[in-house]
Formats: sequence, C-alpha cells, structure tokens
Amino acid sequence: MTTPIDTSSPAEADKAPNSASRITTTATSNLAVTIIGTGQEGSVRDQFAGYFSRVRGGDMGALPALGGFLVLSILFANLNPYFLTTLNMANLFQQAGTLMMLSMALVFVILIAEIDLSAGVTSGVAAGVFVLLVNTYKFEWVAALVISFVVGVSIGSLIGFFVAKIGVPSFVVTLGLFLGLQGLQLVLLGEGGLYRVETPQILSIMNDSMEPWAGWLMLVIVVVVAFGMGMWDRVRRTKAGVTNRPMALLWIRVGAIAVGLGVVVYLLNLNRSVSVKAIMGVPYVIPISLVILFIGTFILDRTRFGRHLYAVGGNPEAARRAGIKVTQVRILAFMACSFLAVVSGIFDASRIGSVDSGSGKTLVLSGVAAAVVGGVSLFGGRGRLSNAVIGAFVIAVIDNGLGLLGLPSGVNYLVTGGVLVLAATVDAISRKRAGGGQLRT
Amino acid sequence: MAIPADQVPVIELSGVTKSFGPVDVLKGVSLTAYAGKVTALVGDNGAGKSTLIKGLAGVQPYDNGVVKFNGEVVTLHSPRDASSLGIEVVYQDLALCENLDIVQNMFLGREEMGLGTLEEGVMEREAAETLQSLSVRTVKSVRQKVSSLSGGQRQTVAIARSVLKKAKLVILDEPTAALGVAQTEQVLHLVRRLADSGVAVIIISHNLVDVFQVADYISVLYLGQMVANVETADTNNSDIIGYITGSKTFEGATA
Repeated sequence: MTTPIDTSSPAEADKAPNSASRITTTATSNLAVTIIGTGQEGSVRDQFAGYFSRVRGGDMGALPALGGFLVLSILFANLNPYFLTTLNMANLFQQAGTLMMLSMALVFVILIAEIDLSAGVTSGVAAGVFVLLVNTYKFEWVAALVISFVVGVSIGSLIGFFVAKIGVPSFVVTLGLFLGLQGLQLVLLGEGGLYRVETPQILSIMNDSMEPWAGWLMLVIVVVVAFGMGMWDRVRRTKAGVTNRPMALLWIRVGAIAVGLGVVVYLLNLNRSVSVKAIMGVPYVIPISLVILFIGTFILDRTRFGRHLYAVGGNPEAARRAGIKVTQVRILAFMACSFLAVVSGIFDASRIGSVDSGSGKTLVLSGVAAAVVGGVSLFGGRGRLSNAVIGAFVIAVIDNGLGLLGLPSGVNYLVTGGVLVLAATVDAISRKRAGGGQLRT
Repeated sequence: MAIPADQVPVIELSGVTKSFGPVDVLKGVSLTAYAGKVTALVGDNGAGKSTLIKGLAGVQPYDNGVVKFNGEVVTLHSPRDASSLGIEVVYQDLALCENLDIVQNMFLGREEMGLGTLEEGVMEREAAETLQSLSVRTVKSVRQKVSSLSGGQRQTVAIARSVLKKAKLVILDEPTAALGVAQTEQVLHLVRRLADSGVAVIIISHNLVDVFQVADYISVLYLGQMVANVETADTNNSDIIGYITGSKTFEGATA
C-alpha cells in the first residue's frame, strides 16, 4: 500500500497545507469495531425508559387522543348514568363504525400529504350504485357489492391520475369530484330519491350481533394472531442475527390485548336489551373492522408499498431518487382510500337502512378530523391506521355523550371543532419539540 | 507516486460534451477515477461540475464523448444504468426521508424482502454492519429517526446508503458544505475509509483545505474544460487556485 504522505518530495513553502494532517486510515483501521445498537436491546425497564423518552421528545402518537377519550368517557359517565350501559357501548361502536372506516381510508392519502375531499361522496355513490343494482335491476347482492367496489376504486384511480400524472392539486381535484359526484348521486337516485336497503346480510353488519360464543372465538383469534405475529417477528430477527426485545414485552402486549378486548366481548355478550327480546353478542361491525384494520396495518408496516407510501409522504424527491415509482404509489394510495370509503358507505347504508341522494356528503371532514385527532400528521409521512380508529372514537364519544345529555347539535359541532383544534395544536407543539428538543451532536 | 500504469480506472471519461441550447457547458472533458483513490473535482461556480456529475449519474446524459467503466465502453442514459454499474451519487441535499429511521432510509427503494414482507432483521444487521465497516461511531442506534440526526450524522447515513450495495464509484457532491468543524473532520475521515475499502471516490468541494486533506488526485474544471489533472502531493494551494480562476495554466503531463 502506498502512503499518501510523501515526505521525500521537494519541500516548498506553500506545499499542500498542513500535510501532516492529511487524513490517513492506518490510524483508525485498527480500532475495535463499535457495536451500533438497534434500539431493541436492554431490559423491559430500558425499553419503557426508551419509550418515555421518545414520548417526551414529541413522538406521542395516539397518546393525547387516548387520554382525551378517557377524560371524555369519565366526564360523560358522571353526567349521565346511561352512558356506561352496555346498550350505549354497543351503540358507540356502531356510531363510530362508519366514521372509523372513512378515517382509515383517509389515512392512506393523508400519509402522502394529499387529501381526498370526495371520499364521503364516493362512499355515497358506491352505496347508491349498490342499492340501485339490488332494488331496481335485481342483481345478486354479492355481484352488486363487487360492482360498487369497482366503481369506488375507479373513482380513486381517476383522482390519482389527475393528481399524480397531471399534477393537479388533490384539494382541487377532489373538491371538483365532491361536487360532481353529488350530481352523479342525484342523477342515479333521482331528486329526493331514497332507496331502502333490502339485503339482510348488509343490514346485519350494523344492526345484528354475533352469537356469544363467536365473540369469544373472535377474542381467541385476535390473541393468537397478535402472539403469532410477535413470535414470527422474533424468529425472523433471530435468524437474521439481531437482538430481540425482551420476551416479557410481547407477553405484556398480548396480555393487554386479551384483557382489553376480553372485557369488551364480555360486556357485549351480556343482555343489553331494555325490552323482552334479548339483545346480546358482539356487533358484526367489530370483527369486520378488526380484519380491515389488521390487513391495512400489515400493508403499511410490512410491505414494500407501505414503506414507499411513508417515504413519498416524508420526502417525495428522496423517494424518486431511491428509484421508487412515486406516481404509482400516489395512485395506489388514492385507490386504497376509495376502496375503504366504499366500505364506510356500506356501513352507513347498513346503519341507516336506506341510501339517499345526499348520503356521505357531510362525513368527510369528520373523517379528516378523526385522523388528525388520532395523531395522523396532515403534513404527511406520520401516522397509523390505529390512530384514525382512536380519533374516530373520540369524535364518536363526543357525539354520543352530548346526544345523551340532550344538548342542541350546535354544542356538538362546537365541542368537536374545539377538540380538533386542540389536537392539531398538540401535534404542532410536539413536532416543534421533536425538531428542537433533541440533542444534536 | 505516479498513477500506476497498469491500473485500469474505474471510470474514464474522454471528450465529453454537453450543451444546453446555445450554451456549451462541457467542452470535451476528460476525467479518471481509480479504485481506492479519492479524486477531487474542483472548479468555480459555472465551471460545469454539476453537469459532469449529472451525466455520470445518468440524470442528464452527455451529448458526446466516451465513458469507460473498468475499461469497457458503457452508456449512461438513465439513473438505472448508473446504479446497475455500481455508480452512486450522494447529492448535496441529502435526499433522506426525515420521517423514516436510518435502516429504512439506507434500504429505501431496495428493501430486503422475505415472504412478500420486509425483512427488518436482515436490513437492520446489514445497515449496522455497513456503518461499522465505515467505523462510524457517531450513531447510537440504527433505528433512530433521521429527523433526530445532526447534519454530519445525516451525511454519514447518506454515504453509508451509497456503499450498502457494494458500489464501485461513489460521487459526493459538497459533502462538507453545511457542516461544522468537528463534523467536517468526521465526514472526511469517512470519505478516506470509503476509498480505502476499495471504492473509487469523486468528491466535489469548494473547500480546498478539505480537498488537500482527503484527495489523492485533483481535477480542475475551468469554463467547461479540464485544465488540470494533478496528484495532490505534486501541487499546492496557490497553484490550484490559479487553475480554478484561470490565472495559471497547468503545464505538467496529465495522467
């Protein structure tokens, strides 16, 4: 190996400045290799300490929303004895269902720092197509459902085309569709048209409950899947030769899920009827939502598409230079959003029992609010589907609680708006802390 | 210590031209870079450094000229051509996703997959190994979010990303421009280690102190022409400044 320092060369006054300080590697190459951590080492206590320091650093996730949900629940429970009944609890799940699904839909586009103002009317159009096909054209309900999903996803790909390929801001494209699709709904269903949902399978999503044993089976499946995923991760990490978090953390996590969901299933399996006919069991909307939440989270956390979605949301230019097909990712995000919007439209039709020309119109901003309240950043790149779920529960509990108190709906809007601004403020402050509060070396 | 005659340059440009409309930005430029050596590309603003680099990266293909990679003539018409040869560029604006962690950034666009899902463990290990092979000591955990890293640490991550997949030629665009003294020192050490691991490095810099500290060869661009290709040990600060400003002409034999 030749040494870069050549002291024998003729010395000149202004020879390469400070040639003694020329960087050579012989000095550093013999040093012991430093072990770089992965954040997975250490005891349970270290892991919790690490978590709390991240929270203090501004990475709060859904914590403020969870806190808000608890505070509101305690408040309403004290103000109205009916709030904590199992009947109201089942109601809350059914009220939150539609909003939760729409909010989860919006997470896909909010993550890439876009917006879909037409998600609500997309859900309405899809539900309209469904009832029209079943009631007027006598389609099999499954076929009609498939067609309404195709319609919804086509709307999503249309938005994606305009936003990602042509470069029209998503706010404008979806505002246009928000108006246009309302028109389409009017054309399809007619002025003041109202179609009853006549498919029992669709109606039962929101209105019927599973047998009590099926609720317990659901609990077992959730616990087994949670444990299985945790173990799968551990096995893969071990195979790759990297450290795992302490096993106790997985037990704590699975235990918390088992207890939390167990209590919900137990309470919902009690007879909550106020009349002679017994009502008991977990409403169908819960397992359906859990499956969608699981699949969506799996896609976002564990697939290449999910990773690229976060990358495009964080820094589109970096994503492009890394070879990610940014246009394609954006179009797929809008399609995913519209797909879940259709699910929310079906939920809504199931709950109300009918579809009219105005279905879904008012819901979309609540969906955005739910995502933001839950901790999804409107600036893109930060947030999870579970955040949207928690945010939807906060909005739903306000709706539910204030409804029980018999306050005018104006108060409801005021409180919801206040909570939204509060959540956005918490987000902004925490982001400031995340930017400036950390030690920069 | 002349350039070894038997060593084939990793990259060899000759007679490269590039025009934007009526403006000739590159007027027949030659450039070589050798494995295990740091070649500094210097020149004043508008000399054509960025255009030269963008051609190598495949972002803006050259109009004319021959590009030889390991002695074979190649074409660089797209970023994919460049990366398939093992040419990696670390741009001045680092192009990292702040919302992702170090591992996720290093593997962005080339994630390790198993059973259709991300192989987090494998990526984590390879990222840590790459950082360790560059003797990086400033990073505590490979799972830190990039938003929590300093400028020097971010530069480190960007450089580590470029060598992750066994790059043959790494081009660094002003790696120390935005850094403080201590961080500059760290990054320059990193550049040296990068070259010593057998990679050909081209570094663009305005800071001649940095250039003299780290480069083996210095190539000077002046108004679209390569006016000097010189070994660092054979030259000095004032000569290089002369070449850059055009007040001095290079008389030595070019490599």
